[in-house]
Amino acid sequence: MQRRRSSKTPKQPLSIPNKSQTDLSAWRKGGKIDSEKSVQNNQSADDQKCESQEGSLEQALSYFQKAQDSVAPKKKSVEQEHLDAVESTALEQGLPPEGFEILLKVVLSGTFADTVNTRLLKSLIPASVIPENSVVTAVSWLCVGKCSSNIQLLFLKWLITMFDFIDHKEQLNALYGFFFSFLQDEKLCPYVCHVLYLLTRKENVRPFRIRTLLDLQAKMGMQSHLQALLSLYKLFCPEQVTITLPGRMKTYFKNSEGPWKAAITAVRQRNQGSSPLSQAVFLGTSQPQSRKRKWNAQLVIPASSASTKHLDEDREKSCFYLCSPNESFPVEQLQTFPQLLQNIHRLEFPSQMGSVLTNPLLLHYMNCVKDESIYLRLYYWMGQRLQEECPWCVVDNPYEEEFRSFLETVYKAECFLQEGFSACEEFLYKTLPLWDGICCRSEFLRLVSWIPLSSFSDIKPYLFDPLAQLFFTSSIYFKCSVLESLKELLQNWLIRSVIQMDLEISSVNTTLSGLVNTVAELVHFVGWISTVAMRLENNSTFLLYFILDFYGTVCDIYLKYNLPLLIMPPAGVFYPALLSMDSVNLNQLCYIMYRYRANLVAAKENELSKKKILQFKFSNRTYQEYNQYIIAMVGCLWTSSAFQKDTHPQGLCMDDKLLSKSAVKEVKSSFNIVYHPAMMGYSVKFLQQICPGDTALNFKLIKGKKWDWYLEYLYSQGLRGLKAFIESSISRVSQAARSKAGNADV
Amino acid sequence: MAEGRAPRAGADGKKFERRRRAAAAMAEEAPEDGAVRTLPSLRRLSRGLPFGRSHGRLIVPALCSQEKADPQKTAFVLRKAWTLYSVTPLYGFRRARLRDYARLLGAFIAAEKQKGLAVEVGVELDIKVALSSLADIRGSELDQAALLVQLSSRSRSSSRNSEDKPVWLGWFCSVFGDELSESVPEHFTCLPLFLSHGAESYTALVGSWFQKTFDCCFRRLAISPLNLSWMVAMWAGCKLDRAASAVELVFSVPRLAQPLDISYAIHPEDAKALWDTVQKTPGEITHEEVDVFMDCLYAHFHRHFKIHLSAAKLVKISTAIASAHCDGIVKILHSQYLPGVLMLLTELAISQIQ
Repeated sequence: MQRRRSSKTPKQPLSIPNKSQTDLSAWRKGGKIDSEKSVQNNQSADDQKCESQEGSLEQALSYFQKAQDSVAPKKKSVEQEHLDAVESTALEQGLPPEGFEILLKVVLSGTFADTVNTRLLKSLIPASVIPENSVVTAVSWLCVGKCSSNIQLLFLKWLITMFDFIDHKEQLNALYGFFFSFLQDEKLCPYVCHVLYLLTRKENVRPFRIRTLLDLQAKMGMQSHLQALLSLYKLFCPEQVTITLPGRMKTYFKNSEGPWKAAITAVRQRNQGSSPLSQAVFLGTSQPQSRKRKWNAQLVIPASSASTKHLDEDREKSCFYLCSPNESFPVEQLQTFPQLLQNIHRLEFPSQMGSVLTNPLLLHYMNCVKDESIYLRLYYWMGQRLQEECPWCVVDNPYEEEFRSFLETVYKAECFLQEGFSACEEFLYKTLPLWDGICCRSEFLRLVSWIPLSSFSDIKPYLFDPLAQLFFTSSIYFKCSVLESLKELLQNWLIRSVIQMDLEISSVNTTLSGLVNTVAELVHFVGWISTVAMRLENNSTFLLYFILDFYGTVCDIYLKYNLPLLIMPPAGVFYPALLSMDSVNLNQLCYIMYRYRANLVAAKENELSKKKILQFKFSNRTYQEYNQYIIAMVGCLWTSSAFQKDTHPQGLCMDDKLLSKSAVKEVKSSFNIVYHPAMMGYSVKFLQQICPGDTALNFKLIKGKKWDWYLEYLYSQGLRGLKAFIESSISRVSQAARSKAGNADV
Repeated sequence: MAEGRAPRAGADGKKFERRRRAAAAMAEEAPEDGAVRTLPSLRRLSRGLPFGRSHGRLIVPALCSQEKADPQKTAFVLRKAWTLYSVTPLYGFRRARLRDYARLLGAFIAAEKQKGLAVEVGVELDIKVALSSLADIRGSELDQAALLVQLSSRSRSSSRNSEDKPVWLGWFCSVFGDELSESVPEHFTCLPLFLSHGAESYTALVGSWFQKTFDCCFRRLAISPLNLSWMVAMWAGCKLDRAASAVELVFSVPRLAQPLDISYAIHPEDAKALWDTVQKTPGEITHEEVDVFMDCLYAHFHRHFKIHLSAAKLVKISTAIASAHCDGIVKILHSQYLPGVLMLLTELAISQIQ
C-alpha cells in the first residue's frame, strides 16, 4: 500500500518552473541582509563580489533547469562556467534551499555526464536547510534509474550526511519502502542501511521487512550495517526480532561524510548558524569482559535498554490515556535534555533500573516520577550487587577496584538525587561491623553522609557504635575522613529538615523536637569522638582542622537552617583550638565563635521581640557556656589575662603562685595576639616591617597606635575570622567612642 | 537542589518520602504518611538464627498443597541435583504471557549463541523453550505458582514423533514465602527460589534474560553449616514408609595441605531414635534441640575416632528425604516431603534477598 501511494510522488514536483525563480530572488535579498548582519565592517568590494556571485548562481541555476528540458547540444564552456559558479557559491556560502530541487533533479536525471553530476553533487552544501520536497523529487528520480550507479551511491552518501539538514522528514519517511527495495543492490546496501537507520520509526518495522533483512543476512553473512539496522528493529520491536551484538564493534557504518564534511563546517562557521547535531548511533553492545566472571556476579551497571514487556499493555493503555501516543520513547534514543523534555510523557524506565545510575537524564526523570516500584527495583538490584561484591564480606574477592568505582557511582547518584538509597543504608549497617576501615575507605565513608534522618537511638547501634570503634583504633586520616563524612551527614540532615519544615510536615518521627534531638545527638557524638581523638592524636593540627570544620556548620544551625539548636564545642576541642600552634585553626575558632555570637544574639532578639511563648528557647546553660568561652578567649588573645579570668571548670585558670613557678616571663600576655604561638610568625614579620633595621625583636613596641596597625596587618594577612571576632566580641574604647558618635548622628 | 525537591513533595500535599524508614520500622512505629512503605525493614539484621525463627523455634506448618498435589506432576523434581539461586521479585511478569516469553527467550538464546546474527522471534530454533506454571508447587495462598523453564534441543531427524531431547531445566518457586510476598507491591512477582539442572551456560543465558526482562537479580544460594545441621536434624526425624538410606554427614577439615573429607554415616533408625529422644514437642524444633542432636553425634564420633567434628566444617548432609551441599546444591528424594524442603529453601532464599 505504501508503495503504491508513494509511486505517485515522482510526477508531482516537476511542475514548478517559475516559482523557484521568484523564490531565488527573494533569497538573494535575504542573503544580502544576512551578509550585512554577519559581517558589519564588510568592504564594498566584498559586497559586490557577493552580489555578483549570487547573480551568477541565479543564472547557473536557470541554465541547469533549462538544460534538462532542452535537447540542443550544450556548449562545454558555458556549462563549465555555470558549474564553477555553483561550486564557488556552494563552498563559500552554501546553497539556498531553492537550489536543491533544481540541482538534484539535474544530477539524478542523467542529463549531464557523470563528471558534471559528481561535481554538482559535491557542491550541494546547504546554506540553511534542505527542503524535504527536493529530496523526495530526487528519490523519485533515483527510482527511475537514469543515473549511473556511482551517482546513486554518491547521492546516498550525500543524503546520509545531509540528513539532519532536511527540514521535514514525514514525506521522506513515506518513501521508506523505496529505500528498502534498494537493499537488494549489493553495492548500495551499506548506504541504504544507513539511510534506513536514520529513517526508521516503529511503524516501519514490519515482519516482511524483518524477514527480508534476515534473508539478506543469510546471504551476506555478518555485516555491520545489517547488524545496526537489525538492532534498531529489535529496539522498536523486540517481540519480533532479536540480536546480540558482539562486544568489540565500534563503528557500524562506513564513514559516509565523504567530501562534504569540511565544506559544511566551513559554511557553518561562516554563516554562524548552528546546525543540527547528527544522530548518534546508539546501539547497545554487550559489555566487553576483561576476564571471566560469573554471569550473575558482575558489577557492570546494565546499559539502558527499553523494556520489552509492555508490548500489549501499551495498546490497552492507549485507550485510556487519550493524550499519550501509543508508542513509548525508547530509552536508548534518549541522548539530550531537550529530548527528555519533549518525550517525558512517553518515556519508560529502562528494563533494568540499575542503568539509571550512570544516566543523568534518567536520574532527572526519576526525580519527577512518583513511583514506589522504581525505588524497590533499585533497592533489590543494588542490595544484591553490594552484598555479593563487597570485598570484606565475600571471601577471596579480588575485585576491590571495581567495587570502589561502583560505590563511587552510587554516591554520585545519591548526590544527584539529594537522597540516599535504602539499599546503601542497609549495606552500611550490615557491613560496617565487618569492615577493616581500609578497603574502599573514602567511598564507603561517603555513603554515610546520605543516611536519611531518623531517630538517633535507632541507628546508633548499627552506625555510630561500630563507627566509633573503628574511629578510635584507626589512623588519623581515617579519623579525618569520618569527621568529613559526619559533617556532610549533618548538612544533609539540616537541609532535609528545612524542607520538611517548609512543607509543614509533622509526623511521629519528624516533629521538631524529634528532629532537634536527633541532630543534637549527632553533634554530641562528634563532640565526644573529637575530644577523644584530640587526645589520641596529640592535638594534631590536621585533625583539629576537620573538627573545627564540623563546628563551622554547627555554629550556624539557628540562622542558616532555622533549627533552634546551638551546641558549643566541648572543652576538649575548644581549648586545644584556642592554644593551637597554628593560625589557620585559631582563625577558624575565632570565626566560629563569631558565628555562635551572631546566632545567640539573633535568638535572644527573637525571644524578646516575639511576645508569644516560643516553643524552643536556648537554655541559659548555652549562654553561660558561650560566655565562659568568650571570657577565656578575650582573656587570652586580647586583655592578656589568660590565666585569671577563665571560669570554665576545664579551663586554664591557674593560680599565680603556680604560674610563677613555671619561671616564664610575662606569663599573662603569652597568649595574646602578639605572643600567641600561632601568631608569633605574624608579629615577627610585622616588627621587621616597621623597624627594618632592628634585629632584636622588641614585641613590646606593639601597643597603642602600633597595636592598631598590627591588627590591620593581621587582617590584611587573611585572618578574617579573627577580624570578625575582634570586631564583634571585643568592645574597644576607641571604637566604642566612634560608634557612639555615629549613633548620636543618627 | 534542596528547593528543587520541595515542589514535588508538596504537589499532593503529602509528604513523599520513598525511603523505608528502616529504623522507624524497628521501633515498630506506624508509617508516617499515606505512602505505602514497601522496602523491607532492618528488622532482619538482627536475625541470627536460621530460617528466620526469631525465637529459635520452627513450627512445621501444615502443607496446604500436600493433599491436592499430584505426585506425577512434580516427579521431575525428584532425584536430580539442583543448583540453588535466590531471585529478587520479578517486575512486570505476567503469567498470561508465558508463551510470548518462551518465544523471546528462545530467540534470545539463539542470538546469544551466534553473536552478531539477528534471529527472528517465533521461528523454529535449535533450542526449544517452554515455560509453564506448576500450580502444585506452592505453600500458602499468597504464594505464586511455580514457573518451569524447559530447554530442549530439537531432534534433527525428520520424523515428527521423535521427542525433543531435554537439555536443561530450571524452575522458580515460592513455598510459604509470605514474608516476602506480603511486602511487595503490585507488578512484582515473588518467586524467590530458583533451581536449575543442566549446563551452567544455559543457566547463565536463561538467568541473564530474566534479569534483563524482569529486572531481577540471581544469586547463588549457599547453605551455611548451621543451616545444614538444622536440615539434618529435621529430616533425620521424619517418618518414612519404606526402608530408608543412611543419614550421612560429610565434614571437611580446614587448613590442610591435602583436602580431607570425613564422612559420617548413621543408620537412619538410629538417627531417628536419637532425634526422638532430643525433641521435646513433636512438630516443633528449637535451636537447642538441634545443638543437642549434633553434639550427641559429635560426642559419639569422638569416642570412637578421637576427632572433634565440631572443629571441622559441615559441607554436606544426606538423608532419605533430601541431600544438601553447602555450595547450594540439593537433591530431593522423597515427594511427600517436597513442600517442607522447598519451604526451608524458600526461606533461605528470602533471607539472602533481604
